[in-house]
Amino acid sequence: MNKTVNQKAWFFVIPVFVLVAFNAIIPLMTVVNYAFQETFGNNQFMWEGTRWFKQILVSERFHAALGRQVLFTLIILIIQIPLGIFIALNMPKEGIGVPICLVLMSMPLLIPWNVVGAMWNIFALPDIGFLGHSLNAMGFDYNFTQQSGDAWFTTILMDVWHWTSLVVLLSYAGLRSIQPAYYQAAEIDGATRWAVFRHIELPKMKKVLTIAILLRFMDSFMIYTEPFVLTGGGPGNATAFLSIDLVKMALGQFDLGPAAAMSLIYFFIVLTVCWVFYNLMMRNESKS
Amino acid sequence: MSKITLQDLSHSYLQSQNKDEDWAIRNVNIDWQDGGAYALLGPSGCGKTTLLNIISGLINPTKGKILFNDEDITKKNPVERNIAQIFQFPVIYDTMTVFENLAFPLRNRQIPEDEINNKVNEIAEMLELTSTLNNRASGLTADGKQKISLGRGLARSDVNVIMFDEPLTVIDPHLKWILRSKLKELHQKIKRTMIYVTHDQTEALTFADQVVVMHDGQIVQTGTPVELFEKPKHTFVGHFIGSPGMNILSCQINNGSVTINGTKIETSNSKIGTSNFSKIELGIRPEFISFDKKGLPVKILNVSNTGKNKIIETESDGGKIKLIIKAGEKVPEGSAFLTFKKDYTYVYGDDWIVEK
Repeated sequence: MNKTVNQKAWFFVIPVFVLVAFNAIIPLMTVVNYAFQETFGNNQFMWEGTRWFKQILVSERFHAALGRQVLFTLIILIIQIPLGIFIALNMPKEGIGVPICLVLMSMPLLIPWNVVGAMWNIFALPDIGFLGHSLNAMGFDYNFTQQSGDAWFTTILMDVWHWTSLVVLLSYAGLRSIQPAYYQAAEIDGATRWAVFRHIELPKMKKVLTIAILLRFMDSFMIYTEPFVLTGGGPGNATAFLSIDLVKMALGQFDLGPAAAMSLIYFFIVLTVCWVFYNLMMRNESKS
Repeated sequence: MSKITLQDLSHSYLQSQNKDEDWAIRNVNIDWQDGGAYALLGPSGCGKTTLLNIISGLINPTKGKILFNDEDITKKNPVERNIAQIFQFPVIYDTMTVFENLAFPLRNRQIPEDEINNKVNEIAEMLELTSTLNNRASGLTADGKQKISLGRGLARSDVNVIMFDEPLTVIDPHLKWILRSKLKELHQKIKRTMIYVTHDQTEALTFADQVVVMHDGQIVQTGTPVELFEKPKHTFVGHFIGSPGMNILSCQINNGSVTINGTKIETSNSKIGTSNFSKIELGIRPEFISFDKKGLPVKILNVSNTGKNKIIETESDGGKIKLIIKAGEKVPEGSAFLTFKKDYTYVYGDDWIVEK
């Protein structure tokens, strides 16, 4: 077989290359550029090597932000995944209830991030907001702008409200793909409700749940807009998650070098966790 | 172990029923003896799976009653009815091993573990699953999975009835044959009532002592394989069973005798007066037709050789007629005459056999 050599085909790759370059490679390389150098403006750069990375990795401020971030992500995963599955299990399977539930469930997903933040900010205001006012009227001392516990509570509640629907919709799709024969066989085998869930529903939902956990991990780990609008990272630094802290460092203090190094570390953490998690799930898949 | 009686059973998936087509099954009455092997035979959509699901308790019938040993169990759930059912597509529990799959229905009923062990090993032996008992069930082939489904159905020894819903659909042809004989053998060994649903006449006829043929939600005939073959009570049974099926010809009644465009045909049930039917037909199986010097004139259309036999397609005044002759016999050229065996020639009025 003689292959014709035709290098002109490379031209077809150019549009994609240009697109990816502008949307990913060039911005990322700019960050890399800042991460290894010091600048005082006027496009003057000085080589700093790995100094910013070392500085970030031992910085207490970074550790604290990372700790808050991990805690936040863990909490919302622990709440949203079981809650999403639970709601999906209890959603109607036929009739007029199906479209109604699906539309209601999709609503929060369609609202822009900053609107969600603003809505919850007003909703939770202790003096005039419905949530804040009601809680105070019930005797709770609630003020999310001043008490860090309340700020966390509100941020988590907001995220659960905004994103649990995603888990619900994915789980619901997984559940609907189960053949009725499985339920019938289980009924005849005398399986309990728990056994049906454990041995039929959960295994069949495994793939969509993997996707749900991955998406929820990435989104919550990189969350910015909603807590920024709701609490602005406060009170103090109580809800300053990684991205909020990063923006403060880059645009508030204009420490471009450390901020760039932090971005790369941040990016690397997300990438690693996703890679490890995905591979673990898929290895189990191939083993069975 | 029990006898099963269905009384005036009707079911509809619709909220209101105005015409016959709204019913998935209509006025079904069946008496099944304890320990028998029965088949429900019919094309897709005839209501056989619905009927099976009503017996197992997965569907509540719109009308009628189900009795196990003369006890009304219409309102009971599948667990209370204590039945086993095997579905068309293999149902296995992915997270469990083959052993755990087979033990599952037993464990759900709190049977002691050593008893479960014995039972599962016995079933595995029977289905040749012993070597894979400790494997993950999800890694098996389709027929391996279906064997597990069968095994789960057979694991409990006290079930009232075991029901099979086209269980061999996903199985390879040669394994199909093996599993089918295995089931038959099993029935002889454990003597439990078995109901086998299928659209495949070979499966039904080889498995069952009694075959129930369903058509459009109704039972058209119940009988042994021989009865269904030799005396179909409905034209549907005639052409559904047999390969090729029964020839159904349009005919006329003149002074109590049956004619096709003037040619008189002797039938086993021709003593009928004037007909009150909107449609009169004559049925004869291809096996009971032969060439003759006189009789019904036909044109030869087509001859196909199946190796052992020849199937000849001819055209008569009453419609197309197929007949089967031995491969060695000579086929006349162009036109010929046919005679029908009188004992196997029947007159059908509005699709139902005309009783003498």
